[in-house]
Amino acid sequence: MRIAGKGRIDRNKPVNFTFDGVSYQGFAGDTLASALLANGVTLMGRSFKYHRPRGVLTAGSEEPNALVTVADDPNLRATTVEIYNGLDARSQNAWPSLKRDVMAVNDLISPFLGAGFYYKTFMWPKAFWEAVYEPIIRRAAGLGALTGKHNADDYEKAFAFCDVLVIGAGPAGLMAALTAAQAGADVILADENPMTGGRLLSEDETVGGQPGATWAAEVTAQLAAMKNVRIMTRTTVTGAYDQGTFGALERVSLHSPARAGTPRECFWRIVAKHSILCAGALERPIAFPNNDRPGIMLASAVRSYLHRYGVAPGKSVTVFGNNDDAHRTARDLEAAGVNVAAVIDTRTGVTYDGNAPSFSGGRIVATTGRHALDSITVEHAGGSRVIRTDCLAMSGGWNPSVHLTCHMNGRPKWSEKIASFVPVADAVPGMLTAGGCNGNFSTSACLAEGAAVTANLLGAAPASTPDADDTPYEITPFWMVEGKGRKWLDFQNDVHVKDIKLAAQENFRSVEHMKRYTTQGMATDQGKSSNVAALAILADATGRGIPETGTTTFRPPYVPVSIAAMGAGGQGHGFAPERLTTSHAASVARGAPMIEAGLWYRPSYFPRPDEATWLDSCNREVEMVRHAVGICDVSTLGKIDVQGPDAAAFLDFVYANTFSTLKVGKVRYGLMLREDGHVMDDGTTARLAETHFVMTTTTAAAGNVMKNLEFVRQALRPDLDVQIVSVTEQWAQFAVAGPRSRDLLNTLLDAPVDDDALPYMGCAPMQIGDVAGRIFRISFSGEHAYEVAVPARYGASLFNLLNAQAEAMGGGAYGMEALNVLRIEKGFITHAEIHGRTTAFDIGMDRMISRKKDCVGQAAAARPGLMEETREQLVGLMAVEPAQELTGGAHLFNDGDAPVRTNDQGYVTSVCWSPGLASHIGLGFLKNGRARHGEVITQVDHVRGVTTRCKVCDPVMFDPEGGRLRG
Amino acid sequence: MVKLIAQTAFGDGLPRAVGGVTLTEVSMPGMWSVAPLKGQQKAVSKALGISLPRPNRTTSGAGTQALWAGPGMAYVRASALPDLSGLAAVTDQSDAWAVLTIAGSTVTDVLARLVPIDLRAQTFKTGHTARTLVGHMPASVTRTGPQSIEIMVMRSMARTLVHELDRATRLFAGR
Amino acid sequence: MRITCPHCGERDRREFTYQGDALALNRPAVDAGTAAWDDYLHNRDNPAGDTRDLWYHDPCGTWIAVDRNTVTHAITGSTPVAKVTS
Repeated sequence: MRIAGKGRIDRNKPVNFTFDGVSYQGFAGDTLASALLANGVTLMGRSFKYHRPRGVLTAGSEEPNALVTVADDPNLRATTVEIYNGLDARSQNAWPSLKRDVMAVNDLISPFLGAGFYYKTFMWPKAFWEAVYEPIIRRAAGLGALTGKHNADDYEKAFAFCDVLVIGAGPAGLMAALTAAQAGADVILADENPMTGGRLLSEDETVGGQPGATWAAEVTAQLAAMKNVRIMTRTTVTGAYDQGTFGALERVSLHSPARAGTPRECFWRIVAKHSILCAGALERPIAFPNNDRPGIMLASAVRSYLHRYGVAPGKSVTVFGNNDDAHRTARDLEAAGVNVAAVIDTRTGVTYDGNAPSFSGGRIVATTGRHALDSITVEHAGGSRVIRTDCLAMSGGWNPSVHLTCHMNGRPKWSEKIASFVPVADAVPGMLTAGGCNGNFSTSACLAEGAAVTANLLGAAPASTPDADDTPYEITPFWMVEGKGRKWLDFQNDVHVKDIKLAAQENFRSVEHMKRYTTQGMATDQGKSSNVAALAILADATGRGIPETGTTTFRPPYVPVSIAAMGAGGQGHGFAPERLTTSHAASVARGAPMIEAGLWYRPSYFPRPDEATWLDSCNREVEMVRHAVGICDVSTLGKIDVQGPDAAAFLDFVYANTFSTLKVGKVRYGLMLREDGHVMDDGTTARLAETHFVMTTTTAAAGNVMKNLEFVRQALRPDLDVQIVSVTEQWAQFAVAGPRSRDLLNTLLDAPVDDDALPYMGCAPMQIGDVAGRIFRISFSGEHAYEVAVPARYGASLFNLLNAQAEAMGGGAYGMEALNVLRIEKGFITHAEIHGRTTAFDIGMDRMISRKKDCVGQAAAARPGLMEETREQLVGLMAVEPAQELTGGAHLFNDGDAPVRTNDQGYVTSVCWSPGLASHIGLGFLKNGRARHGEVITQVDHVRGVTTRCKVCDPVMFDPEGGRLRG
Repeated sequence: MVKLIAQTAFGDGLPRAVGGVTLTEVSMPGMWSVAPLKGQQKAVSKALGISLPRPNRTTSGAGTQALWAGPGMAYVRASALPDLSGLAAVTDQSDAWAVLTIAGSTVTDVLARLVPIDLRAQTFKTGHTARTLVGHMPASVTRTGPQSIEIMVMRSMARTLVHELDRATRLFAGR
Repeated sequence: MRITCPHCGERDRREFTYQGDALALNRPAVDAGTAAWDDYLHNRDNPAGDTRDLWYHDPCGTWIAVDRNTVTHAITGSTPVAKVTS
């Protein structure tokens, strides 16, 4: 219920929301948890494994219990969900309702479901795991469910840079930011709360003579007015990474209804020269029997609900602790007029100075209440007593938030003084720690350390430190109450004390083993509240001290990060750049389906109205090229300008064959090897002038080839005076292929070409009107063909012109399907054949490797193993029954052999229906294949269930003499 | 005589105004990559009439502008180049790039969504240039004024560039 | 992770491509023999500690030899390969 006059909520702004379909009212500034508590709702979730009823444990992002689904986002913590009008939150992991959850039967059989249960029980039969056990277990155990729908909300990613990143805007963080800002540094101050102040928002104490929250607001205003400061609220720094990089999740608009065009969250990469971790500390629970009933929460959370939200989490609150903070909680509650049923201190000889009855040396040994806490049983020196209470505030002490210092393998060390782990120096290069996360818990110490650490770092003056509470922190470690009933540690993964002891007993004595065996700390809260206690209990069970037992460690992210934020912008068109050719619009307008080739989009085929299937179109386009003329955009091939006095020497080095002998105005096929002797790429290179070449690469390998050429130029042959630059994008280039190609071109070119001016494998400048371009007489189809190149701005225009002319001559545009058929018929290879495991020998080109010069791959290519006759060699394949298809990826077997691995003779790489040969044909690699032309073998495709007998032949199946090429 | 018609890289996609910034295609007289041959750095500068830029910088003068393009190479913009034969590898790049200017008071914040370098005006000053990324695209990014930045990406990626900038701008404005 | 490009300055890791041990810079002569080429092509140490490997800064096209510690992830040096081999 609400307490008049308390809280930092805006009571003039009521907010209506629903939880599991029931309407409630809260106020602006409330979280879902605080608003539900204000409405008397304490049951907020069901536990992961046993489906136990649970309420909130905390008031912050470390919350393990109260996970809810809002809109389509599951697993949000009710303690961080800010309410807004129309918020529709639903509980999770319960059916049919949160109160009547049938899977709660798991709790009744829990004695059988302890740690390791699944490993021991569901082993046999093996096949049952995937088919039977796993689906059942997954349904029963769980967090919220995804909708399976496309996420229509918008998310952002962004980069930020600063001199000093201050993580956490509590007393230490504010002083650190102020000191750094006053020293002139570029500062980012990030805090996961909607407002700055940290614990000051949740306590009733003064700083500099005014309420702590007021002081925080004033310092924040001062910082906000400085140009070198950026304050990022609702921003959780989730990870510390190498070289001063941090991940941070900003909840941009999760506190309001989703609106198109407004990002929900933004995932930041922040690069900081220095960082100061001021993340504070998190309170830890005490393990006692049935310490998980709704209404049992941390003492600090009770104070947060009281001071920050003006909510009393119960009518009659009991406080249980091992340190002075428990007393503070009782005092604050009493001052606010909330009844305190009892104060129970595990320490002996400690007295509570308020009104409530107090029990020194007390233990809670039992609790009752099904959906809400009803009573507790206290044992103390004077005996045992049952106390009626609906809320229990517990404090087992404070754990510094060392999480980010662990992200780069830093191991925090044990401090006896605070009975917890503190960070070690330089755990993250460039990161300093101050305040609560450093184990200094008083407000005064936090303020002073925040300023001092920063001043020391920057060699500047510390911001002046206001007076504040300086009560020392007194704690006597206390981890667990013995007794009947489960004593919960990891509330989110349902791990209790007995599980840890079982792990120890079964010899999972290392912390890392214990964690994995019990799943302690492996839930979405990463055991923020429970790891230290679990470690203490493992230490006890194995008879070791805590420092000897191990340390707690954390990995990024500090809080769960939605995949949508990390992948922001990566949906649809944002997935990868789309490279479009200049003919793209014209191809699409002709109805061509576009297929991806790397990042490029290329036309698959150009359908005509009378064609029923892609194959009809493809066959027609092949015939067109063979008998008339076809046009194909080949701009996507990589084009690299190579210039300089040593350009020819450079090409001799990067290509297996020789280019220094190439004459100006000529083009040569080039084979490029990797240094390990395998084929990297192939293409043609033209010599435009004595010291000027233009190289082409395949579309797929263009980037890789460029990178490799740069490697040779910079690393292996810095002696050569040569410059290279990509011109792929500068030129729109079109293949004009077919017996009528020259006729077509001569209708466009200012100066017509003939065999003398431009013989096969020649190149020359050309002019179309006032546009200067290049013409190459090269062919990837086996026909008399050219490629013409013009500056890209004229590409669309030239494509349309070529097409119109071709159509008038009985030809037209052809796509990738036809291009593929044309080249398979001719045995021309692509990356289907030069797939990274084939050598020049395998493709029958080993004689191209010049021995007169050193070149990349020459030494390795000569190794005997790469030239053995028994290697799989490139062959052509023709179906014995022409109508029977060949399939890519099928394996080859000797006729009559069983199609099993041990009989494997090779594989099929490329297949098509050849209109020219009226047969299904293919290319493939066959053991000793060049010596086996004429032999009949069988291709077997186990995946598609296709078996086809085929005849081995020369890869050049169509026009082997090449008469059409030169004609 | 046949007449080929020129199209710009962005076509009808630009100009556009979205969320307080404007995207405008930059048309330029001509652009060449100029890479001096060994020992010819000074001779090239002399011939061009401007010094070649140091890394991450631009130079300009007398109708010529040069952007650092990578080690040993500059993109030189001018209506025509002097004869550099024997001095430098010169390659026409006039059509290779899609170039636009993004301008507006929020330009730095918008580009912080896409460009992984520190573009704040105090560190990335007018005349500074960087070879970097815009989203997944290799790019050349140059500050041309306190509130304007020029971006070059491969011509084939023009549409993706507009898509990315449009999205980033819209979402930043939608905050 | 951030790597310094000797030309462009410190940049985010996404601008770079990794290419293995800097041993690749010490290319043997074509007739150096099988053992030398085998070492050059295939044999690599996998040190827990200091290492030097090759990275390509894609936006500017520079190949870099980066000195780095595989345990601490500290980067201690960054040299254009042209300066290493020439």
